[in-house]
Parts: sequence; C-alpha cells; structure tokens
Amino acid sequence: MKLWATNEVRAKSKFWYFLRKLKKVKKSHGQILAINEIFEKKPTTIKNYGIWVRYQSRTGYHNMYKEYRDTTLNGAVEQMYDEMASRHRVRAPCIQIIKTATVHSKLCKRENTKQFHDSTIKFPLTHHKIRPPTRKLKTTYKASRPNTFV
Amino acid sequence: MVNYGPSYGKLVVIVDVIDQNRALVDSPDMVRGAMNFKRLSLTDLKVDIPRMPKKNQLAAAIESADVYNKWANSSWGRKLIVQKKRASLNDFERFKVMVARVKRGALVKRELAKLKKEKA
Repeated sequence: MKLWATNEVRAKSKFWYFLRKLKKVKKSHGQILAINEIFEKKPTTIKNYGIWVRYQSRTGYHNMYKEYRDTTLNGAVEQMYDEMASRHRVRAPCIQIIKTATVHSKLCKRENTKQFHDSTIKFPLTHHKIRPPTRKLKTTYKASRPNTFV
Repeated sequence: MVNYGPSYGKLVVIVDVIDQNRALVDSPDMVRGAMNFKRLSLTDLKVDIPRMPKKNQLAAAIESADVYNKWANSSWGRKLIVQKKRASLNDFERFKVMVARVKRGALVKRELAKLKKEKA
C-alpha cells in the first residue's frame, strides 16, 4: 500500500486506517511486516502528476482529480495538500489519496499544467521584488524606489 | 544568479520551467534541482542549451559561452567579488585597507588644496 505521512508512526497508523476499510482486521490482530520509504527515481526531471483524491467536505464526500507539475511525487502530493487546504478548506486528515500517476503531457487535462508544455516557454516575472540576501541587510526605508521591472 | 539563501552569489543555469514560480536549475557543481524564481536574479549571460541538457553538455556549453570569465569581468560580478573579499578580510588586512584609504584621501585633499589655492 502506498501512503503519505509525515513520519513513520503516522504512516503505520494510516496503514491500519486504510486496511480496516479493505479487510476486517485491526492493528491488534495484525502485524506490519515492512515499512519502506519510497524515493523518487529521477528527481531531476519535471513530471506532470495526476492525483485522484477523495475528500470530505462540510456536506459530504467528493472525488477530485488534480494535476501538478513537480520534480518528485512527494512534492506534488504536498502541493495537493496545500491546495486542498487553501482552495477547499479541507484539512489533511479528511483527504484520501486514491491514486497517483505521472501523466504524459499529451494526456494532461488541466489548462494550468498544459500551459507549461511549451518548449519555447517565455514569461516575464512581473513586479519582481528582490529581497535583501540576508535579513541583516533588510531596511525599513530605502533611499530610492527599487526597480521591479524584470 | 542565486540572490538569497545559502548559495547566494552562485551562478546557475535555468534548464527548464516547472511552473509559474519554480525553475529547474543546474550548475556543473550541483545536483539539478528546483528553485523558486524569487531566489533568482537574471543576469545578461546566456548559455546555448537545449531544454534538458546532460551534465557534460551543460558543462561544455558553459565553457563555450565563457560564463565564469564574463561574469568575473562584468560590473555586477566584480561587485560580488569585492563583497566576498571584504567579508573575508582579517583584522590586519582591514588595517591595511584603512591605511590605503587614508593615503588616497590625503592625496586627493592635497590636489584639491592646490586647485583651491590657484583659484584664490
């Protein structure tokens, strides 16, 4: 079973949560044989991840399919949790990941990911605020207005 | 160039764009990774590469574009070098800098005094 948790203890607990939904077995009657962290095979390439989610909203359960562009699956899942929390106010315990997959760019559904499938992509960073490189160099007032163009 | 964080001042090549906020960034001495655009400042230097070059391709392209030399000779690059130098001075070197500045100031003031005298 593949699941996402912040630490091993939580992972084992989540494992039993999902297993109880599949089979009539409790933690006291069962034994976890192995728990392995799965690392990303190629964290240096960008992939489009499709994530199928079942979540509990204030009015019931819903399914959702979300797409994310990221280098690792864990990164995409983290994006998903953040987005669900911000867009739908769904907290992590109420989210179940049904399925994840890397989606080929031809099969992506969301315009938001498809707009980055351009080999000659070009976009300006509008209002590019440059931070001082260390907090020590931060000043409340500046002598001249900083240039945010490009 | 990276403008924030532990790799401040490092020159990296944007190899691909992940999404609106992040780029895949690569350099001969680091593992290719994602970096937020907020941490990057675009320099004038361009490297001719296809979208996801191999490490040796990237190194060869950087060599042919002569990036590090051009950077060290550009005004921005020189400023960074001076910054680093200043930050790494020991007390004796700072003393030497002070002596040199005082000497330079004295020369300037002497010339200025001469010009003032001629004017008066």
